[in-house]
Amino acid sequence: MDALAIKEQFPILHQNINGHPLVYLDNAASTQKPRAVLDALMRYYEWDNANVHRGVHTLGSRATDAFEGAREKVARFLNAASAREIIFTRGTSSALNMVAAGYARAFLREGDEIVLTPAEHHSNLIPWQQAAKATGAVLKYMPLQPNGTLSLADVEQTVTERTKIVAVAHVSNVLGTVHPVAEIAKIAHRKGAILVVDGAQSTPHMKVDVRALDADFYAFSGHKMCGPTGIGVLYGKAKLLEKMEPVEFGGEMIDFVELYDATWKELPWKFEAGTPNIAGAVGLGAAIDFLEQIGLDAIEAHEKRLTRYALDRLSDVGGLAIYGPREGRSGLVTFNLGDVHAHDIATVLDTEGIAIRAGHHCCQPLMRWLKVTATARASFYLYNTEEDIDRLAEALVKAKEFFG
Amino acid sequence: MSGLEDLYRRVIMDHYKSPRNRGTLEDGSVTVSLNNPTCGDRIHLQLLIEDGIVKDARWGGEGCSISMSSASMMSEAVKGKTTQEALELAERFSSLMKGEPVTFDEYEDLEALSGVNKFPARIKCATLAWNALRKGVEHGRGEHVGIEE
Repeated sequence: MDALAIKEQFPILHQNINGHPLVYLDNAASTQKPRAVLDALMRYYEWDNANVHRGVHTLGSRATDAFEGAREKVARFLNAASAREIIFTRGTSSALNMVAAGYARAFLREGDEIVLTPAEHHSNLIPWQQAAKATGAVLKYMPLQPNGTLSLADVEQTVTERTKIVAVAHVSNVLGTVHPVAEIAKIAHRKGAILVVDGAQSTPHMKVDVRALDADFYAFSGHKMCGPTGIGVLYGKAKLLEKMEPVEFGGEMIDFVELYDATWKELPWKFEAGTPNIAGAVGLGAAIDFLEQIGLDAIEAHEKRLTRYALDRLSDVGGLAIYGPREGRSGLVTFNLGDVHAHDIATVLDTEGIAIRAGHHCCQPLMRWLKVTATARASFYLYNTEEDIDRLAEALVKAKEFFG
Repeated sequence: MSGLEDLYRRVIMDHYKSPRNRGTLEDGSVTVSLNNPTCGDRIHLQLLIEDGIVKDARWGGEGCSISMSSASMMSEAVKGKTTQEALELAERFSSLMKGEPVTFDEYEDLEALSGVNKFPARIKCATLAWNALRKGVEHGRGEHVGIEE
C-alpha cells in the first residue's frame, strides 16, 4: 500500500497550516475524503438527485438505485446476511441511541443488567445510563487490565444470567485496545444477553465481519472512514430488528396510515423516517469502494507499521506517558508530555501544521480511570506516512523545550 | 512577537507556575464549578460576596496554562470590586478575547492574555474562569445572567 500515492488523492491534505505543510493526525475524530468520494457526491447532486422510494419519474429511480445500492454495498462490506439488516443513521451515536431507545427501553426490566467498560465513549455510555434510569435496569462495569485490555475471565465474571445487554467498543478511541468481540459475543449469548458493538474506530481500520463476530448490533460512522459527515450505519440481526419498535416516526417508514393509527414498513425502512441522507449514503458507498480497492487488510497492516514506528519515535522524545497496550493496538497513540497540558501540546503542534486532539476524547470516566485530567492523541489513517510521525516527534521535542 | 511567544507570555507562565489564590473559602461563599466546553479544563471557583463587594476569591481545578493563568489573574483582579465592577471586568475581558485593544489599569497582568485572540481554539480556555465569575456573581446577586461565549 503506497501511502504517498494514496495521499495524492486527498485534496485537503495538500495545504499549509500556519506556514507548514499540514500533517493530519486526528483521524479518530474525523477523516479526510478522497477525490473519488467527492466526485461521487457531486455527481449525485449534479445528475441523480431526487427523493427516494416514491418517485415515478426517472430521476427518482436513479436516486433510489443510488441509495439502495449503497445499502447493498454496506451489507456486503460488513458481511451481513442481508441489506434488510442495514439501517442508515446520522452516525454511530444515533445508531447506539436507536438500540438504547428501541431495544433497551422497550425490553429491559428492573434489575436487568447492562454491562459496559469504563473506557466507553460517551455515545456508548450515556444512552445506556438513560435506558437504565428509565427501566430500573442497572449498569455494571467489566474491569480493565492496567494496560486497558479486557480479560475474558473478567467478562465471564461480570456478565451474569441477569445481563441483557453487553455494550462495548470494538476499538477504544483513547487506548487503541482491540477487544475480543467474537469471544465476548459467545459469553454474552451463553448467558442470554445480546452484544452491541460501537464500531466507530474499528470499521474504518480493519475488516469487519458481523456474522463471524456474531454481534447483535454493530454501529459505525461514515465520516471516520473517508465518507461524508451525517451518515452512519446500524447493523442489527433481522430477528432483533423485527422485534423492535421504531424510534422515529413519519413518512417513508409507514405502510398504511389512518387518522389514529398506522402500520410500519418492513425492514430496513421501518427505522428510516423522513427523507434520508441520500447523498451521504452515496458518499459512504463510494468510500467503501475506495477502501476496498486498497484493501482493509492492507490498511490495517499499514497502520500497525506506523504505530510501531510512532511508539519507537515517541519513546526517543523522552518524558512521554503513553496510554494503552504496547502490542496489538490499533492506529492511535494517546499520551501526555510531563506536566505540559494537552491543550498546550496541541497548540505548539498546531503552529507546526500538525493536527492532533487534546482533551477527554468523549471519555470522561476513562480519563478518571487513567488518573489524568486531559490527554493528547495522535491517530493515523491510510494517508499518513512515517514522515508525518517524524514531524510529530520533532514538534513534541519543541513543545518539551518551550515549556521547559 | 512570534506566534507561541505572543500566546505564552512570561506573565502567563508565571501565573501558571505560581497560581494566585488557589484554595477554598469558608461557608457563606458562592461556589461555581465549570468545565471548559473545549474539554480538558475545569474550574471550581468560590467567591465571598458581602454588601455587594467581592471580598475574597479562591479557586481550584486542573487545566492548561491559559485556563489556569487566566483564573489566577481573574481571582486577583476581582478582589475588592463591586459585583457590578466584576461583571464589567468580565465584559472587558470578552472584548480582549475578540481582539479589541482593551487595557486593564487595575490589573495589568490581564493584558498578557491579549495574544489568545490569535489562537481562537484557546479562547474558551481563557474565558473559563470569567464565565465562572459571571455565574458566581449572578448567584450572589440572585439574578440570571446569560453567558455569551
